[in-house]
Order: sequence, then C-alpha cells, then structure tokens
Amino acid sequence: MIGFILRRLWFMAITLFVMASVMFLLFRLLPGDPTATVISSALHPDAQAALRASFGLDKPLWQQYLSYVANMARLDFGFSFQTSRPVAEMVGGRLLNTLVLLLPSLLAAYLVGALIGAFIAWRRGGFLDTVSVVLATALQSAPVFWIGMMAILFFSLKLDLFPVGHIITPGREMAPGLAGYFDADVLHHLALPFLVTFSYQLCFPLLLMRTSMLSTIGEDFIDLARMKGLSERKVLLRHAMRNALLPLATTLPMLLGWAVAGSVVIETVFSWPGLGQLMVSAVERNDYPVVQACFLLSAFLTVMGTFVADLLYGLLDPRIVYE
Amino acid sequence: MRAVFSAIVQFLRVVTATPIGRVAMGICVACALLALFAPWVAPFDPTLKHYDSAGKLLRIADPSFKHWLGTTSLGRDVFSQMIWGVRPAMLVGLVVAFGSAVIGANIGLLAGYFGGRSDNLLMRFTDIVMGVPFLPFVIVMLSVFGKDLGSLMLAMTLIMWRASARIVRAQVLSLKQMPFVAAARITGASDLAILYREIAPNIVPLAMVNMAFALAWAITTEASIGFLGFGDPNVISWGSIIYDAFASQAMYRAPWWVAPPGVAIMVLVSAVYLVGREYERVINPRLAGP
Repeated sequence: MIGFILRRLWFMAITLFVMASVMFLLFRLLPGDPTATVISSALHPDAQAALRASFGLDKPLWQQYLSYVANMARLDFGFSFQTSRPVAEMVGGRLLNTLVLLLPSLLAAYLVGALIGAFIAWRRGGFLDTVSVVLATALQSAPVFWIGMMAILFFSLKLDLFPVGHIITPGREMAPGLAGYFDADVLHHLALPFLVTFSYQLCFPLLLMRTSMLSTIGEDFIDLARMKGLSERKVLLRHAMRNALLPLATTLPMLLGWAVAGSVVIETVFSWPGLGQLMVSAVERNDYPVVQACFLLSAFLTVMGTFVADLLYGLLDPRIVYE
Repeated sequence: MRAVFSAIVQFLRVVTATPIGRVAMGICVACALLALFAPWVAPFDPTLKHYDSAGKLLRIADPSFKHWLGTTSLGRDVFSQMIWGVRPAMLVGLVVAFGSAVIGANIGLLAGYFGGRSDNLLMRFTDIVMGVPFLPFVIVMLSVFGKDLGSLMLAMTLIMWRASARIVRAQVLSLKQMPFVAAARITGASDLAILYREIAPNIVPLAMVNMAFALAWAITTEASIGFLGFGDPNVISWGSIIYDAFASQAMYRAPWWVAPPGVAIMVLVSAVYLVGREYERVINPRLAGP
C-alpha cells in the first residue's frame, strides 16, 4: 500500500514535469515577443534589455529551461507580465476560491446522484424513472455556462433572490483564509454558482448509478440476499448499492476533468474570482506566466483527483490489491 | 474498410430500432443537412446589418415576422446566425471525434497486441495525457497557435483520443486470446496482418460508441470556447452567439437572443449522446438491465 502510494506520487511528479516542459516549449513557440506587452518599446534599449534580463530572457534557452524547472519545483511561477506581482501570490487565493466552489458541489452531486440513481433504478420504468432520465440527459447536454446565464436571468434578475455575480458585495473586504468564506454575504454569492455546478455535476453520477444498479440487480447475490430474508432496504443499501458504486469510483477522475473544465466557464459567467476566470483574463492580456501557472495548477488538481479516486476504489472494492 | 462499412450498416439498423433512437438519429441527420445547406436555409446573411425604415440600425429588435429571433446588438438576424452556427458545431465535432477515434484505436491496438515494453510505454504516455486538464489545454493551444477552427480541432484531437485508447486496449487484450487469432497465426499471418485484418474489425463497434460520446463532448467544448471569446472571429457558432449576447450585456433584456443557441446545443448534444447510448446498449447487452 505504501509502495503503491509512493509509486503513484512519483508518477504524478513525472506527469506534471512533462506538462511543465510542454508548456515551456509552447510558450517559446509564440509568435512575436511575449514581453512586448510589459516592456514598452518607448523605453531606452538598455532599459529594455535590463527588464528582459530581470525575466531571465537574455540567457540561452537550455539555461532558461533549467531555471524554469527549478522554479516550478519550488512553486515559484515568476512575475505577472501585467501586474508585476509574484504569480504564486496571485493564484494562491484563486485556487482556494475554485476549490470552495468545486469540491463541495462535486461531493454533494456524487452523493445525491448515487442515491437518486439507485432509487430510480430500484423503481425502474416508473414515472419518476422516466422523468429523471430525460431531465438528467438534457441537463447534462446543455452547456453549463448557458445554464448559469439562465439561472441568473431567472433567480437573480426575475426573482431577485441572489446577487448577479462576484464573490462579495463590491466595497466589502473578505477576511483572509478559510474564515472568509463563513460570511453571510460570501455564502449568498456562492449559493447560485454552487447550485448550478451541483445540478450540472449531478447528472452523470445519477445516470451511471442507474445503469450500474440495473445490471447489479440482475446478479445472483441479490437474489441470495433476498432469500436470506433481508429487508428490501438492506438489500438495496448494503448489497446492491455498494457493488453498483464501483463504476462511479472509476469514472470519478473523468468527472473531475469535466468539473475543472466546467469551473472555467462557470467562474466566467458568475465573475467568480477563481483559477479558471483568472486564466481566461490572463490569456486575453497575454499574461503568459499567469496562464502557465493556472494551467499547471488545474493539471495538479486533475492528477491529484485521479490518485484519490484510485485510493477510494480500493476502499470500496476489497478485491483490489495495491501492489 | 469492409468492417467499417458493415459496422455502419449495423449501427444504423440498431439505432433506428427504438423510438428514442429514431428521434435522436433524426435530429443528428437534420443538423447535418442544415449544416450542409445553411446558406440556402438561412433567410439572411448572418453578418448583414439590418436597418429600420427610418434608416436606424436595428439594435436588439424584438422577434418579428421578418426576424424570427430578433436582432443582435449590431443589428444582425439571430435566426440566420443560429442556422449558420450548426456548421462549426458539426464540423469540429465530426473531425475531432473521427480523428481521436483513429488515434485512440491505433494506440490501443498496438499497446494491447504487442504488450510488454511497448504497452507500458504507450499506456504511461496515455496516463500522462489523462492528467491534462482538457479545456485549459485547449485555451493555451489557442493562445499560442491562434484562434482559428484548425487550431481548435488540432488541440481537441491531441487530447481526446485518450479515453478510446484505454478502452480499445482492454478489448484487444481479451480478443488476442481468441481462437481465431491463433488460427491466423498458424496460417502464417504477420503480426500487422493479424492486428489490422483479424482484431481491428472487432473493435470498430466499440470505437464507434466512443466516437459518439467524443462527438457530444467536442460540440460542447466548441461552444465553451466560443462563449469564452476564444472562437474563430470569422466563424459564427452557437457559443459565439451566446458570447456576443453576454458581452453586450443585453442577454437579460433579450432572452430570445441568448436562449435559442443554448437550446440548440442541448438538443443536438442530447441526440448524439442518446444515439451512442442506444448503440452501446446493443453491443454491450449487460447495460440493458434485466
């Protein structure tokens, strides 16, 4: 088990290293001078060169690469071209904002989705089953940013229940750290993007759980459990659901990938100051150090999610032996 | 080639066997036809600016008999833009789904059949690609190679093959134990002949299911990219219509401008997804339930 974890962590490090190297190459392929936005051509040539040197752009490529890798390993993402602030400082708070929106909704969606999916499979063919399947398929297919816009249109503008966007009422300051989120105003801003993310992520586990339950219910051990005289509830919860959960665990990394992609557009719709929104605005301003850091952090989230999902899978299925 | 053809025939027969499948397939075919004939179907040029009788630009007009879905903030006909928006959705979707199916199937075939070191190498490579966050990667690629449809399709294909590579490999691992593979080997067939003549035809149905899901995902991603404002500026897509409505801050005043493209994406993606599901249910009967 320890060996398995260590080997997986090692492979995660390699994966991130490869991705960081690809990023390095991609941004060196860029047409034009990436520093053109920060270094004004009106400056004296000596001043321009000095500025370029401060970004390390005067050294040969292989030296730039080595120092780049060393910096990435120390989580030093350099300085923003736009604000000249350290990128690590800029993305830190953003990452937390993204996680606050992403993780609770993902967990809730998985839990509720699995329960509803199991329930409608138990009552398959009924009215509730048909309605849920149609609704979930449609909702899953709709672009999530559009659902967000429709939600704002209806809940914020028509019913005036939630603010239109942002994390806090303009003019107010958020307390630093996690305590900042336990604030009535921040939670009020969080509610609508949370609901949209939740309902979007709900569909996939729901549909998958239903399918998985349908094939589990046909297995012999379910008949055996019934023959033992267990109540229907016990058969459903202890025997059928536990087995049907396995495909959900294997597809968790995929869903996490969707969630990271979804968070980019949801944050844009709701002006939620997260990683995705930062990335989009950084691309618009050609702020490459920031784009790079945002990409690598989302890659870290994805890779980490896969790792956690693999561990969970082992907890759910005792037949799996980590070697 | 024959395998692909017979798989397509089987695919059409299977999918159109149920009412859901027929409706879903009908929607897909209708969208494909609409994409082909968009210039003849759309009532106006989607970039044409319309003026009212007084010569003033028709900004965000309400739906009318002439403009079924009203006009945009630049006085363009929303309904015509909707018709033209089918094109990039279908084009990007089909090219990306097909490209990633071909790449994924080949990597899966090679890894599963040869096993050992090449399997290890290909699968570790696939694992690395599995860790790439999809939408952020596409955004980075577009910012480096330019915001055009070609870069978009390339960026998406470069990542999307990963799912089918894994699934095809697993299938090849069990297929290569089958007697027909041993029989082919006894007759002296080379590895490549066994791989592409004997094994490959058997994974075509599986690859097609994956292609349907890839198609659905590609259409959604194309719309997301358009919505984020990274779409090809010369192409009108459903995503870019929503972006225009969002960026002009008029979407809250003009729901008929912003609602239709979202509904269109939802209907097309649902249809593609359901076609995939109907087909999967038949080639993998376990999923149909008792």
